[in-house]
Amino acid sequence: MVEEKIELIESHEHPLDGYLRKGRIPHIFCPGCSLGSITTVIVDAILAAGLDPKKVAVVSGIGCTGRISGYLNFDSFHTTHGRAIPFAIGLGITDPERKVIVISGDGDLFAIGGNHFIHAARRNADITVICVNNFNYGMTGGQVGPTSYIGQFQTTAPYGAVEEPFNLPDLATSCGAVYVARWTALDVRRMKDSLVEALSKKGFSFVEVLGSCPTTYGRRNQLAEGKMILEFYKDHTELQHGADTREVGIEKDGPLIVGKFVDIEGRPTLTDHLLDLQKRGRASVSKE
Amino acid sequence: MSKEEAELLEVMTGKHFVTGNIAVAEGSLAAGCKFFGGYPITPSSEIAEHMARRLPQINGHFVQFEDEIASIASILGASWGGSKSMTATSGPGYSLMVENIGLGMMTETPCVIVNVQRGGPSTGLPTLVGQQDVMQTKWGSHGDYEPIVISPSTVQESFDLVISAFNFSEQYRLPVTFLMDETIGHMSEKLVIPAKEKIKIVNRKKPTVPPEEYLPYKAGKDLVPLMAIAGDGYRVMMTGLTHDERGYPEISAEAQEKNVRRINDKIRKNKKKIIKTEEYKLDDADIALISFGTSARAAKGSVNRARKKGIKVGLLRLITVWPFPDERIDLLADQVKKIIVPEINYGQITREIERSSHGKTEVKGIFKLGGAIHTPEEILKEIEKGK
Repeated sequence: MVEEKIELIESHEHPLDGYLRKGRIPHIFCPGCSLGSITTVIVDAILAAGLDPKKVAVVSGIGCTGRISGYLNFDSFHTTHGRAIPFAIGLGITDPERKVIVISGDGDLFAIGGNHFIHAARRNADITVICVNNFNYGMTGGQVGPTSYIGQFQTTAPYGAVEEPFNLPDLATSCGAVYVARWTALDVRRMKDSLVEALSKKGFSFVEVLGSCPTTYGRRNQLAEGKMILEFYKDHTELQHGADTREVGIEKDGPLIVGKFVDIEGRPTLTDHLLDLQKRGRASVSKE
Repeated sequence: MSKEEAELLEVMTGKHFVTGNIAVAEGSLAAGCKFFGGYPITPSSEIAEHMARRLPQINGHFVQFEDEIASIASILGASWGGSKSMTATSGPGYSLMVENIGLGMMTETPCVIVNVQRGGPSTGLPTLVGQQDVMQTKWGSHGDYEPIVISPSTVQESFDLVISAFNFSEQYRLPVTFLMDETIGHMSEKLVIPAKEKIKIVNRKKPTVPPEEYLPYKAGKDLVPLMAIAGDGYRVMMTGLTHDERGYPEISAEAQEKNVRRINDKIRKNKKKIIKTEEYKLDDADIALISFGTSARAAKGSVNRARKKGIKVGLLRLITVWPFPDERIDLLADQVKKIIVPEINYGQITREIERSSHGKTEVKGIFKLGGAIHTPEEILKEIEKGK
């Protein structure tokens, strides 16, 4: 047996040290899952946006994506299923300088939490919502969800999904979000730049990221490895900034329209309104 | 208006003639509440309306949410942001809140939930009184937890005791339920608000160690951990999952044992400091009434009437409904030959009293199922049966 001497270059430092809770690594995500790389992109974007880490709070609901908050070394809150958004609104109101980011999955944000999403967009709450859409309920073993496309196979859709899925960018847009974008897990650079924009925005910004979930989605839909899902994205993605969000719904064979769809200025935010109400409240006392 | 002037407005010192709902709102402001997240529901809506007007005056915030689920989630979030926070609702709304009350129990989040009870189940009697949520405030959310629930009997107590509710929530780090009922909420009585400096306020204890030494769920002797809030630089780690002292999720029987035992024991082992009752003419009584909230008012009236007839009867009024005063009732069961329990439900604290009196005395509930309060005469009739 020939002993080969390999010299390893050991580094005990990682560029994101200090922004991840080291004691919690390794994470629980499956091989081929995109949540690890998406987490990296999110942290990169937080840093690139120049946010004060002390003023960043991350709030999640329940599910695989909901676990991201717990790996991040910011003020992090892992709440109940579907309720990350109202928790985040309450948290954000206590300090207008705080940047509150909601990171959660499609089932959490749009099935059980759908009502909170539409109202938060309507009131232009000052939060950035990042939805990792993996087209199914991963944590619970692969059930059909509100973004499953027609014909998709899941444990509770053994004959194929039959219901029309939500078109998330269009839902966000029609409810009043001031920033709306969609990327795939493959678009790490564009996703990062887009997240920097979303995080720098006042009001309700929304970024959908199409993730790769080989374990509970891919295996049942001829995409058994993470790489296969990313290859599908590579072959079926069309970049269309400013696309009409009504036209970006997702079907089985694509195309997957990605890009920045909405970026509007000037819509007063919930914080603006609340600070204005304080002025009115104080004025009412002075009059009395 | 200066900051000092805004602070002055937090406590409306003076004499007032108001409803219980207004009193509880003013009491909350006096306790330091700065955030109200709520959803309208009869018979509690006046609390939200009053807070919508008052909070902006004192640099606080009011948000009307899309439902009760969002409301309770928002006040938990605001609490972690450092604000004393509250919501107000009635039975149907409380039903929607119980999931996040569980989150508040598990994550040890101070906040106050006012429940102005009406008749149930379901939509029930929106405009009429009930006391049917007693057990829900104890057992509403899944899992084991020990709540603190306070029930006022007067408008003055709606003010005074909601301050205690905030203080307990801060001291023991948990959501505290303030269990009112439609009658107390809607009736007007004199309210005296003391000077600000006369009001005792408790604030949560915060860590002072460097962040790298802080263990967010390591508790001292009182079993209550120090609470860092968002923005303090401690990088808060909060999860509804079973967690270790670092706040890290740990899915094991050992972690569950430690975590869940402590969040229960912090109340159980401190219950003597928490339980508050009022005793009225009990010293020589051989019949005891036990009641709370609105029903206790009628009970007191019936004690006075019975005493005039020479019947030795007294009243034990529960001010904290939970934790339950088991030991006091056990002693009382040795003293009296009968315990009578008027309550506006089909027997909720009655069974709890049967349990804690260990069969040593007869326990008789007088139940009204909602929509009307007991008259002293009705209770007197039962007292006379037992003499």
